[in-house]
Amino acid sequence: MSVSAMFVELQGALTADQDIREEIRKVVQALEQTAREMLTLLQGVHQGNGFQDIPKKCQKAREHFSTVRTQMESLKTKFPADQYYRFHEHWRFVLQRLVFLAAFVVYLETETLVTREAVAEILGIEADRERGFHLDIEDYLSGVLTLASELARLAVNSVTAGDYSRPLRISTFINELDSGFRLLNLKNDSLRKRYDGLKYDVKKIEEVVYDLSIRGLNKEAAGGAGGEK
Amino acid sequence: MSGKEGDGSGGFRKRKHDNFPHGQRREEKENVNPSSPLMTSFKSFQLELDTRHDKYERLVKLSRDITIESKRTIFLLHRYISAPNGEEVLNESEVKLDGVRRKIKQVAQELIGEDMYQFHRAISPGLQEYIEAVSFQYFIKTRSLISVEEINKQLIFTAEDREETTNMTSSSQDKQPHTWSLKVTPVDYLLGVADLTGELMRLCISSVGNGDIDTPFELSQFLRQIYDGFTFIGNTGPYEVSKKLYTLKQSLAKVENACYTLKVRGSEIPKHMLADVFSTKTELIDQEEGLS
Repeated sequence: MSVSAMFVELQGALTADQDIREEIRKVVQALEQTAREMLTLLQGVHQGNGFQDIPKKCQKAREHFSTVRTQMESLKTKFPADQYYRFHEHWRFVLQRLVFLAAFVVYLETETLVTREAVAEILGIEADRERGFHLDIEDYLSGVLTLASELARLAVNSVTAGDYSRPLRISTFINELDSGFRLLNLKNDSLRKRYDGLKYDVKKIEEVVYDLSIRGLNKEAAGGAGGEK
Repeated sequence: MSGKEGDGSGGFRKRKHDNFPHGQRREEKENVNPSSPLMTSFKSFQLELDTRHDKYERLVKLSRDITIESKRTIFLLHRYISAPNGEEVLNESEVKLDGVRRKIKQVAQELIGEDMYQFHRAISPGLQEYIEAVSFQYFIKTRSLISVEEINKQLIFTAEDREETTNMTSSSQDKQPHTWSLKVTPVDYLLGVADLTGELMRLCISSVGNGDIDTPFELSQFLRQIYDGFTFIGNTGPYEVSKKLYTLKQSLAKVENACYTLKVRGSEIPKHMLADVFSTKTELIDQEEGLS
């Protein structure tokens, strides 16, 4: 084969590659839009009167996840299934954001950490690589770390709104999460960088708990929490 | 332990700030149940991440070995023109490349059942160097450019030559068919070929030094073709490719200058003195380059 014929062929391959990327980018933009809407919706819980209708907000957010699932469905068709990591960079950010949103909704509903399988189900994707478009473990963990900083904020705002029991529960949750992350041997990559931020969230929540306890507010809250349960 | 490693650089600052809540946390830490669902799932995450990182490291190491051996092959091939025993050099290079391919086979075995692109960053440098070496050898033999298909054909391995299979691969052999293959991506190929042009430039200069008048012209012809190919691709390719385009242009200019000098001086200076004229010319070019 002549040199120029070879380069024509290579150019064809590169153009095809670019077309795929273009298609992916379009779907990812739509996903980002949905994620933004959901975030705006859930930000409501930080406002004083937002605490009352958390279940309603969660329900609304869950409706958005059905849009996400159809968008994910269309994303899957844009590239060959066995080349996930070739185009991974394009949806990495939005996927982490969606993991966070799913984890946040689940936390608000049940106050537990969403499992990787459950997130995959909420987003309409797979948990294992073998079965198709999946949720990469690092993306899952990144999303969970975002949840931690959101909860640190929530702890502060729930005190302002007069809910003194929530920070204590958040504190237990974050502590467990922290011990979980301590088990991991992270490489010096972006995930590790974000993990390094977790300790500040832990610290923040501990300070809130401290403030409550020296003022005797946690006892009142503990009584209240016991009553709730 | 893992906790300490994870803290890394932030550790010092953290300790300073956390003086107060520390005792309190310690107390709470004990409340964390090591067998809670969250902790068990994180234990499995630990395993999964460790496995992935280990594999990545093994691949990086293989890639390094591939790079080193390929570089040595290229140096060997540069001796081809000057040595009287050309055939021997070629045979030796073939042996070396076989060694490199055995390493690539190990890479292919590591990647069984994996998405190659997940670990692409680990192996890409090695593959590029291998492409450079193998295309250089191919050029010396046939005076033409090796194609992607040709390279990929050589990277299909069968179980026959498995002298050094590790215990890991032998266990996976039971399940897998007895062939492995690794496909070079178009981008790796392009980058490898771009590096090849640098070697061809060196070959051109040194062949003039040996009084070989025909090779430079052949090389400039060939390089021009490759350059045209790269300009055809232009900026549709990834960023790295366009970065190499600049170096490629310089190499081409050097070779074209060499041919020019040969043409102009060739008619007026006796052949045996050409080398001297030429070496001063290349020094000049090198100096210019040093300045810029």
